[in-house]
Amino acid sequence: MKNNIKGIVKSLNNYGTEHPINIMEVCGTHTMSISRYGLRQILPEKINLISGPGCPVCVTSATDIDTILEIIDKYDVTVFTFGDMLRVPGTRSSLYTKKSEGRDINICYSPADSLEFALKNPGKQVIFIAIGFETTIPLTSVILKRAYYKEANNFHIYNTHKLIPEALEALLIDKQIKIDAFLCPGHVSAIIGSKPYKFIAKNYHTPCVISGFEPYDILDSIIMIMDQIKKDKPDVEIQYKRVVREEGNPEAVKLIYEVFEKVDSCWRGLGSIADSGLRLKKKFLKFDAKICFPVKKVKSHEPPGCECGDILKGIKKPYECKLFSKVCKPENPIGPCMVSSEGSCAAYYKYKKEKL
Amino acid sequence: MCLAIPAKIIRINKNIAEVKSLGVRKEIDISLVPGVSKGDFVIVHAGFAIQIIDKKDVLAIHSYWKEYLDEK
Repeated sequence: MKNNIKGIVKSLNNYGTEHPINIMEVCGTHTMSISRYGLRQILPEKINLISGPGCPVCVTSATDIDTILEIIDKYDVTVFTFGDMLRVPGTRSSLYTKKSEGRDINICYSPADSLEFALKNPGKQVIFIAIGFETTIPLTSVILKRAYYKEANNFHIYNTHKLIPEALEALLIDKQIKIDAFLCPGHVSAIIGSKPYKFIAKNYHTPCVISGFEPYDILDSIIMIMDQIKKDKPDVEIQYKRVVREEGNPEAVKLIYEVFEKVDSCWRGLGSIADSGLRLKKKFLKFDAKICFPVKKVKSHEPPGCECGDILKGIKKPYECKLFSKVCKPENPIGPCMVSSEGSCAAYYKYKKEKL
Repeated sequence: MCLAIPAKIIRINKNIAEVKSLGVRKEIDISLVPGVSKGDFVIVHAGFAIQIIDKKDVLAIHSYWKEYLDEK
């Protein structure tokens, strides 16, 4: 493996390129792997890896966080969430603070745990904070269908689900950053397959390679990208064939669109992106926490000095934020990118091989 | 957040399967992988199998996650 990696790095050096090549790694797990193995440091100078918006916690808007906190303040609800969400700072508070104040907020490993709790406790109003990309959306879809058939009328979701290919298009349209290629997410693609990225290669002339998570996978994917650039034939290729099939998991995709339909969604840093989110179809609206627990519109703003927005777009590196590692640290995160272990700032902080 | 690790299906009861992953036995939901059988390997995300994988690929994925989890 070591020789393979040395060989790959050597062959990458043979790709003569006049201009720097910006490759965006979209997935937070890729960001973590790249930082952990110091891959940026062994790549040729002209190949830049830039971190994208692939950490669901990081791209959840401050308005969503604040609205969830308002619901918790106003109603007697039991909340279930993935652990990463707990410490994301809202404008004035966080789920973690509410929990320490005694509110009924629980971490769950699986969304199924929240429905099970609701079924066993019909007297409690349960909200699952449904966060995540295409990897996680089918799970929410399964439990919503189950809630429907079991008539779990005390079960609700606060939906912040988001779709990756639409966000990639928004990044390409944004002229602040030049992206030459995408390292596409492995497990999102296990669900959606390779076809939803085709328009990126075709319409935007931008190579896409769906990559695995080991250092060898990532370097192999970069070789595949450089080959596409050299041949000037942008395409969508699957490097992570162990898990990803061209057609993805059609059963899971079918299930998503039985329950949800596309809608515009607001991403932290990226703003509103057309058709990049999902809303519940009419049949499932009774599970929508935003409808069942109405609150007044919140006035949200980003933490002063926090550069998460530009970091999520790849315009700035974490160490270019004045707060990074000085005020904003994993034990005291100011912005969401320092909260999740997959956030760019947390990854750069943990594996301090990067320039600080 | 899109972490997913491999697991071997030990027993199936309707939509729930008992699996073994990195030495730990647990129950997961298999609604998203119709046609999965006892002895198959799957990739598990947040308590749900999201894709069936080939046995020969399991070891490579296992070693990566084992290293990652040991570090944590």
